[in-house]
Amino acid sequence: MTITEAPQATRRLTTSKAMVEAIAQEMERDESVFYLGEDVGAYGGIFSSTTGLLERFGPERIIDTPISETAFIGLGIGAAVEGMRPIVEVMFADFMGVCLDQIYNHMAKIHFESGGNVKVPMVLTMATGGGYSDGAQHSQCLWGTLAHLPGMKVVVPSSPADAKGLMTAAIRDDNPVVYMFHKGVMGLPWMAKNPRSIEEVPDGEHLVPIGKARIAREGSDVTVVTLSLSVHHALDVAEKLAPQGIDVEVIDLRSLVPLDREAILTSVGKTGRLVVVDEDYLSYGVSAEVIATITDQDPGMLVVPPRRIAVPDVPIPYAHDLEYAVLPRHDRIEAAIRATAG
Amino acid sequence: MTTEASPSTTPTMPTARTSPEAPELSPATRTQLYETMVLSRTYEEAILREYHADKGPGFDIGKGLVPGEMHLSAGQEPVAAGVCAHLSADDAVTATHRPHHLAIAHGVDLRKMTAEIFGREGGLGRGRGGHMHLFDPATHFSCSGIIAEGYPPALGQAFAFRRRGTDRIAVAVTGEGAANQGGFHESLNLAARWSLPVVFVVEDNDWGISVPRDVATAIGSNADRASAYGIPGERIEDNDVEAVHAAAGRAVARARAGEGPSLIEVHTLRLWGHFEGDAQGYRSDLDEVPGRDPIPAYEARLREAGLLDDARIAEIKDDASSRVEDAIQFAKSSPIPDPTTATDYVFA
Repeated sequence: MTITEAPQATRRLTTSKAMVEAIAQEMERDESVFYLGEDVGAYGGIFSSTTGLLERFGPERIIDTPISETAFIGLGIGAAVEGMRPIVEVMFADFMGVCLDQIYNHMAKIHFESGGNVKVPMVLTMATGGGYSDGAQHSQCLWGTLAHLPGMKVVVPSSPADAKGLMTAAIRDDNPVVYMFHKGVMGLPWMAKNPRSIEEVPDGEHLVPIGKARIAREGSDVTVVTLSLSVHHALDVAEKLAPQGIDVEVIDLRSLVPLDREAILTSVGKTGRLVVVDEDYLSYGVSAEVIATITDQDPGMLVVPPRRIAVPDVPIPYAHDLEYAVLPRHDRIEAAIRATAG
Repeated sequence: MTTEASPSTTPTMPTARTSPEAPELSPATRTQLYETMVLSRTYEEAILREYHADKGPGFDIGKGLVPGEMHLSAGQEPVAAGVCAHLSADDAVTATHRPHHLAIAHGVDLRKMTAEIFGREGGLGRGRGGHMHLFDPATHFSCSGIIAEGYPPALGQAFAFRRRGTDRIAVAVTGEGAANQGGFHESLNLAARWSLPVVFVVEDNDWGISVPRDVATAIGSNADRASAYGIPGERIEDNDVEAVHAAAGRAVARARAGEGPSLIEVHTLRLWGHFEGDAQGYRSDLDEVPGRDPIPAYEARLREAGLLDDARIAEIKDDASSRVEDAIQFAKSSPIPDPTTATDYVFA
């Protein structure tokens, strides 16, 4: 895989448009790529993941399915085994329970069980996250669950450029890749606008290698390791704290599998202070894994105990004030950074 | 996709309760069906022998040259032989946790399959899969240890075959217990709606581990369920390889012609336990089971037709034995995987 280094023209795109652009470019490039899922055709994807693709590529390649996740994910697996490159959308990450067997027992294990003789080059996309009162069954992130189960890469873009570059890399990857996009970063017209969901995106081919974290903001005092929408929140807080003398480094993990442990170690090696922000559940999750990355290497790297800001092991509440109380929002992130920096 | 089939024009297909008369098969085909069944049975008898050879003292499931659960398909050979006779290595088969007869009938390499069952480096999956997880890209064969979950991937294989403009098909096999799973119904609906070239096969051996079909399933014939999806359904009652061959011939031809999927249920026989070590204390039909063994019955029929005699039968059985013993020797001499490679092959 090559990273495009040459200077490129850019335009400002929303995350969803950047994601769609990558899919369209790969579909132009490779006949074996197709996209299927619920409401991905005329509707264009509930979260605008396929807007305009039906008109461009037709119903043979942008395929609306029945609400039968087990059947159509399995269909993607079988097609991938036969050398096609399907992109399969599960509308909400929350729905993976109805089809989890196909995901973790089949999609993720066939390559291993076959001793490397069978490849499953498939992308499984799903929308994650809350913050808009959609309740406990429509607001989960669950990326920790997928990252825990071996055999699939798990990528979680936070920015428009990464949404494009990681999607391109995911489609070209010979492994199953789960591509989890947070509704709050997509720049959807019917959701509160996040200023960071519209950014410059390189024209033409743009690849972001899977497994390489991004330093979203350089800083010297405290490392914040995070991903997805929480990157935006962490950057907001970092900008607020900078004039007050707290220089925050923000690491955007970009992918959970593989996890760029080197980037975490390098940053904490510099700052000695760590806050992990994760919109997934607290226990047994990403935040513990990130901290273990440090403590496995050398707990002495940390000059103060690390802190974790995550959903405190509770289903996501419906009522706005309750939901905001459990999500990792600016106030909780700021308090953790201040406590750690102090 | 959506342009390829229209629900309003899809006729509701009748379910055949009794199979139409089977066309007369050529002597070569009849002998071949017998040979396939004999090879499968010979294979499983040898696996049985090796499996139990070193499980003692007592019975320790994790011990021995062949460790773990072992589900043998003795009694179900007519399904595999009858269906796979219509397939080439270009066609796909997805089997169940009881896969050996189907793998053998579909032409999976006997040596590599055996080495996999023995957990050896020379196995289909280099010892990572085991007997419930056989993957052979050469014959597009795979199986799954999870009930009904082999059906959905078959849809994708069929989709890919058609997308490439071929007449290749996928055959998806489950047991009768799987017909109560969501994956079964989702797959029938989707395959029917998209007219995918799939043949769905249900092996009704009467038992979902210890629970009889009558206790688990609301209707007597899972073939009737095909009508709910507008596709042909056919139940074969007598575990006869020629009846299976005939029904599969119709379903395969329909799939290859682009007319969509069909469902075949065969009332077959689980001759032995659900797994080796299963005492079958729950089983009410054990007295009559040996008399229902389909292989001696077919052998007698072919003798009567003048196609087999003692010498030919001995020849077929000897040939099967030498192939099986060769495979077992291959497996035993294949290296045990290096423990330091246990984490290999998670990613490509």
